[in-house]
Amino acid sequence: MTAPAGELREAAPVLRMRGITKTFPGVKALSDVNLTVRAGEIHAVCGENGAGKSTLMKVLSGVHPHGSYEGEIDFEGAPVAFKDIRASERHGIVIIHQELALVPYLSIAENIFLGNEQARRGFIDWNGTLRRAAELLDRVGLRERPQTPISELGVGKQQLVEIAKALSKEVKLLILDEPTAALNDEDSAKLLDLILELRAQGVACIVISHKLGEIRAVADAVTILRDGQTIETLPVRESPGAEPELSEDRIIRSMVGRDLDHRFPERTRYEGADAGETAFSVSGWTVRHPVDRERTVVDDVSLTVRRGEIVGVAGLMGAGRTELAMSVFGRSYGGYVTGTVEVAGRAVHTGTVPAAVAAGIAYVTEDRKQYGLNLIDDINRNISLASLAGMVRRGAVDEHHERRVAERYRTSMNIKAPTVHEQVGRLSGGNQQKVVLSKWIHADPRVLILDEPTRGIDVGAKSEIYTVIDRLAAEGKAVLIISSELPELLGMCDRIYTMAEGRLTGEVARADATQEVLMRHMTMNRS
Amino acid sequence: MTTTTTPPEEAATAKAAPSTGALLLHGLRTNMRQYGMLSALALIVLLFGFWTDGALLRPGNISNLLQQNGYILILAMGMMIVIIAGHIDLSVGSVAAFVGAISAVMMIEHDLPWGLALLLSLAIGAVAGAWQGFFIAYLGIPSFIVTLAGMLLFRGLTQITLAGQSLSPFPEGFQNLAKGVVPEAGPAWRIPLPFEFQLDLGFIELRTEAIGPYHNPTVLIGLVVIAFLLLREVRDRRRQRAYELEVLPRNIWVLKCVAIVAAVCAFTLTLASWHGMPVIMLIVCALLLGLGYVMRNAVVGRHVYALGGNKAAAKLSGVKDKRVTFLVFVNMGVLAALAGCVFAARLNSGTPQAGLNFELEAIAAAFIGGASMSGGVGTVLGAIIGGLVLGVLNNGMNLVGVGTDWQQVIKGLVLLAAVGVDVANKRRAGS
Repeated sequence: MTAPAGELREAAPVLRMRGITKTFPGVKALSDVNLTVRAGEIHAVCGENGAGKSTLMKVLSGVHPHGSYEGEIDFEGAPVAFKDIRASERHGIVIIHQELALVPYLSIAENIFLGNEQARRGFIDWNGTLRRAAELLDRVGLRERPQTPISELGVGKQQLVEIAKALSKEVKLLILDEPTAALNDEDSAKLLDLILELRAQGVACIVISHKLGEIRAVADAVTILRDGQTIETLPVRESPGAEPELSEDRIIRSMVGRDLDHRFPERTRYEGADAGETAFSVSGWTVRHPVDRERTVVDDVSLTVRRGEIVGVAGLMGAGRTELAMSVFGRSYGGYVTGTVEVAGRAVHTGTVPAAVAAGIAYVTEDRKQYGLNLIDDINRNISLASLAGMVRRGAVDEHHERRVAERYRTSMNIKAPTVHEQVGRLSGGNQQKVVLSKWIHADPRVLILDEPTRGIDVGAKSEIYTVIDRLAAEGKAVLIISSELPELLGMCDRIYTMAEGRLTGEVARADATQEVLMRHMTMNRS
Repeated sequence: MTTTTTPPEEAATAKAAPSTGALLLHGLRTNMRQYGMLSALALIVLLFGFWTDGALLRPGNISNLLQQNGYILILAMGMMIVIIAGHIDLSVGSVAAFVGAISAVMMIEHDLPWGLALLLSLAIGAVAGAWQGFFIAYLGIPSFIVTLAGMLLFRGLTQITLAGQSLSPFPEGFQNLAKGVVPEAGPAWRIPLPFEFQLDLGFIELRTEAIGPYHNPTVLIGLVVIAFLLLREVRDRRRQRAYELEVLPRNIWVLKCVAIVAAVCAFTLTLASWHGMPVIMLIVCALLLGLGYVMRNAVVGRHVYALGGNKAAAKLSGVKDKRVTFLVFVNMGVLAALAGCVFAARLNSGTPQAGLNFELEAIAAAFIGGASMSGGVGTVLGAIIGGLVLGVLNNGMNLVGVGTDWQQVIKGLVLLAAVGVDVANKRRAGS
């Protein structure tokens, strides 16, 4: 099904965006950006958060209508001017956003044809709808009945429904914004295969992604944006199906404009007298599913973290890592929790969040928007929220002290915002993560549990956060990192635990750890 | 609590101080909603002042306006907090009626001293609030449903309590809650001016040959308020300096202080030239100061904002969500009880029909004053501004002679416009 070798380089461009400049009040989001996508090509767009990727896609799909930007767009050889999304969809340009836009209570078929209902004289033609939906599901390789409600599907399958929906619109250019951000490895692999197959059917594709490994795996070319400008467009491979020629380091260099030889900081040792003493231990921890009490989500897990030590927890989706952390942190997850937690050698009660915080435990959630931040409030108040009691002077929160604390973190964590009164919802992902970290660092815990601390943030901010984590360990805090990125665990941790199906399946010292070793433990099946 | 990750101090000071203009702009932007509402209120006051040939601004009318709207302002403050917490309370009108009825029974049928009866009434309000707060906070039933049930329940209990009859009259001390003014004290004084002072603004005319006579306690209260506000300004500024935070430039700060003094002066002198400061205004101001301070500076107030902004994140930050929600409804219950007593005192009777549609007025006031449907946003002062916008509209339209039919139409449109402008502003800022 793949196109003959060598054909791609000569293929005519299906899309050509020239000199795109888009200005928001006070900010130049895009300046003179060029993007050319050839027919039947998978074209990756990457860049740090805030580089302008999403804005460029909004210009292309008509979210920012013609006239609100400067520059020209040619599609299939003719200039186009979209005034809204419908206009771009009529030309066959369909965008699938990072946050899926499906209605949970409607069926797959209803969702696929939402806004594009298969109707005859104003009434829905259910037979036609179901038949066409079934065809589309077949095309994307999703084996589900079209009548199944979306809420019964996992995120991976929902992503496929989105693609089926795009296909129903006779898509010629599919734009995927971070398509695998929420997917596990298996679902990601399936999705990438599907993209390759669509290319073979002649659908060009723009993929925005942070995952450089994926870009290398599927893309034919990659355009790198930085600070609203096109840095360069690089070919990834000679021809479809060929081995990639472009290295990840090369892409990273172009994204950040500097060599990132030291993505992970050199570990600084904690020099205290009590170095090496156990700071945090969990033993015999068992958690049942909150609704389905028969299901054991975390099964008899015991682990320890010493002072000044960074310990990782690796595992595939559904291994029970987040459930472990949240149940320890104030029973925020699960039912029938049993087991004991010790902080600095003393058994502590962690039945509620305030109790866990008082015991010296902090938990930085994997989903900062849902569970970590009050997006409509400012940096100042988000940072103080977990330690307000410590800022009270004569019965009231000392606002000046509070603001000074916030200012201090803005500087020390390099949070990019004009003042600490900036609304957190307006910050980029990396800066939001720094705010959440500041909040918990200021609560001065002995133990920090970081759940996916660098998910969805750009390379530059990642390395800043690694430096902060290292500094915390050097101060003698016990740090437990849960991460799906194995290089991150390998780069940061002294020891790594692996989990699978709710159980601890291994403990690997830094010296012995490789991705292969970890993956072997993570995929161990229950015998 | 200490922070061990202290950055090098020089890094903190190395950042260039933002310019005056940037600071002002920032202040304006963050308080846009409040300034916007304040200027809308000022505009409405001026408009009706002009329209009624100054009748709206006459001391007697201002005093009357405050007394007419006292109970709505009290309810609006509580409602604002409920809405900030991400809830709604539809039962306040019924709770107010119920407590008004109970207070009538206590004072008129059982001859309880009015002070004791008032305290018992507030306690009953707290119990009513706790009853609803329990279902909302601890059983997780949506507040819309619980308080809709409460609206029916307490209305029914009101009718049962009064057996369908009205009870009156209340003791005079109790009536003063709504109708009284702070009692006059000290000598009547008057300082003649050497010339006749004349000011004609077209719709309002000032002509006087002397300063005074003024209502002494009112003038005193005004002076105390001015002293308090100025002291706070000075202390804040000194504290900000001590913490090395940026402060307003001196001349702008002085201008701000002068504006505060002028506003308080104008207001208190207006009241002092009539019978003096209404008791209800003292109550409202005390609540405004107290609740405003709690919402802004107390830990529990901060927790209310955090809960309304993102409940899940607040819980994971150690906010005791259930207890905070429960307290918010207990507070609302007490305020509804107080409003019920004030209304009964104003009417000088406990009636089964009291408090009808109060909940809607309070909710409208909160939204006009800057609350957001999704919670997490708003200030107690905003509720007062919103309540006053409605009150001035009512009063002004009455004076101009607009019928109640058209008054409702206009108030509906004002609510829609206020929230519409807010939404439009947010959208522009957000995209």
